Amino acid sequence: MSEQQTQHAAFGRPIPAPPVSLETEEFWKRARDGRFAIKRCVSCQEAFWYPRAICPLCHSSETAWEDSPGTGTVYTYSIVRTFPTGPFAIGFVTLDEGPLVLTNFVDFAEGDLAIGKRVKVRFVATDNDGPPAPVFGPA
Amino acid sequence: MSRPPRACIAGAFEHPLRDAPNATTTQLHYEVARGALDDAGLGFDDVDAYFCDGAVPGFGPLSMIDYMGLSNVRHADATELGGSTYIGHVGRAASLIAAGKCKVALITLAGRPRQRKEALMFAPAKGSGLTDGAPEAGFEHIYGGITVALYAAAAMRHMYAYGTTSEQLAWVKVAASHHAQWNERAFLRKLVTIEDVLKSRLISDPLHLLDCCVVTDGGGALVVVAPEVARSLKRPVIQVIGTAEAPGVQSGGRNVDLTRSAATITGPAAFAEAGVKPADIKYASIYDSFTITVLIQLEDLGFCEKGHGGRFVADGGLISGVGKLPVNTDGGGLCNNHPDNRGGMTKMIEAVRQLRGEAHPKVQVPNCDLALAHGTGGILGMRHSAATAILERTG
Repeated sequence: MSEQQTQHAAFGRPIPAPPVSLETEEFWKRARDGRFAIKRCVSCQEAFWYPRAICPLCHSSETAWEDSPGTGTVYTYSIVRTFPTGPFAIGFVTLDEGPLVLTNFVDFAEGDLAIGKRVKVRFVATDNDGPPAPVFGPA
Repeated sequence: MSRPPRACIAGAFEHPLRDAPNATTTQLHYEVARGALDDAGLGFDDVDAYFCDGAVPGFGPLSMIDYMGLSNVRHADATELGGSTYIGHVGRAASLIAAGKCKVALITLAGRPRQRKEALMFAPAKGSGLTDGAPEAGFEHIYGGITVALYAAAAMRHMYAYGTTSEQLAWVKVAASHHAQWNERAFLRKLVTIEDVLKSRLISDPLHLLDCCVVTDGGGALVVVAPEVARSLKRPVIQVIGTAEAPGVQSGGRNVDLTRSAATITGPAAFAEAGVKPADIKYASIYDSFTITVLIQLEDLGFCEKGHGGRFVADGGLISGVGKLPVNTDGGGLCNNHPDNRGGMTKMIEAVRQLRGEAHPKVQVPNCDLALAHGTGGILGMRHSAATAILERTG
C-alpha cells in the first residue's frame, strides 16, 4: 500500500467526517494508515461492499477484513454542477474483487472521466479531523 | 374475463395547494383525508384502516389517527417505501380487505418541502465517538450522494449501455408539459420544447434542470373499500385487479445494474395477478422523479424492450391522443405536483381520474377502462422500492 494522502478533495468538495460505527471502526483505522480495506465472507468467500459484520450474500456472521489494492473501473458517474461548495464528481467503481462502490472521483480533467476508465483508490482528508476517506482517481 | 370481486378505489383527492405556508403538515393530512372521503361519499367514522408513510409528524400513524379523531380504526400502518409508498399501500389495503380484516382503508400523504429553508442534505457526523445510524452512511452519504446525482449516474449508464440520448429523455418532459398546460393547478403549466430542456442548465450530468421534477407542498389521499361497499356508493367502481411491491437491493455491491429497477419484479407479478398484459393498458401513471426514471420503468414493466425506452418516449410517444401510451396526463411530477418529494400518491390519483373519465377533456383517454400506476421510491439502482397497481373500471 502506498497511497499517499492528498489534501485535494474531489473538484474542491470538502468531505465530511465519516460516521464510524462498531462495525466499521477497523476500516477507518486502516484508512488512517493509507490502507483500503474490504470485507470478504469466510463462508462463501465472496467480497462485498459496504463493509459490515455480516455477509449480505450468504448471511454468515463470519466475515474478515482484507487489504485491497483499490483498483477497478468506472461503472458510471455524474458531475454535480449545482452544489454549495462547487461542482464535484460522484459515481460507482467496480472493484477488481467484484463489488460496486460509490465514491467521488478526483484528479480527472473535465472530459477525461468516462465509463470504463481504470481507476485506483487514494485517500483525502475529511472535515473535523475525521479519518481520511477513500476516493478514486486515474490508475 | 371473470374473477372474484376485488377491493375498489372509491375516493381520491389531490390537495389543490402547491405551496402551503399557512397550514401544518398534519392539517394537510386532515384536508386530504376529508377530500378523499367526501369524494367517496364516506365519513371519518367509516374508516377502519389507516395507512401513512414513515415520515408523518409524531408517533407514526397513531398521531395522525388521534389528531383526525379516527375512532374505528382496527389496522394502523406506517409503511416506508419512499415515493412509491402509497401505491404499495393500495396493495396492502386490498390484501387486508380480501382477508376480511377491514372494509374502508384511508391512505394519506402530506408534506411541505418548500417551507424547509435548509438544503436536503445528510447531517454530518458530530464528535469523534462511534455512531449507530444508517449502516451505509460512512460509505455513501459522505460522497454527496444526493438523489439527483444518483439518478443522473443511472442515466449516464443507460446512455452508455443503450445509446439513449438527452433528446429522448427530454421527450418525457415535453409530454408532461403538453398535459400540464390543461391542468390549472399544475405547478408548471408552460409548454416546453426539446430545445428548452436541453438548454436548461445542467444540474448533474446528463440531467438538466427540466429533467427534474418540481418541489411542491401539499398531498393527497385515497380510500380503498371492500367490493360490497363500492357497490353501495354512487361512484364508478374502480377495482384493484393486480398489485405488487418489491425492494431493489445492492446485494453487497455484487448485483447492481443502474439501468434496471425492481419494476422487473413488480411488473410481471402485477400483470400476472391482473391477467392482463402491457399492451392492454390504456393509461399509465409512471413515477417521474426525473425523466430517466420514466424510461427505465417503462422498459422494466414490459411496455417496450430493455434499452428501447428512448425510442418509445420519442416523438410524443407519451402524449395523450398522439403517442402509443398516454402517461401522466396531469402533468406528472415533472410539471404538476410532487408533494413532499413523494410521487406515488399523485400517480394513483390521476389513474383513478382517467378510469372515471374525470381527467381534463384535452387529455382524457377514450374508453379508459384499464390503467396502471407504478412508482420507484428511494434511489434507483441502489436501495429502492418498486410498487405497481393495475386498476380496472367495472361499473
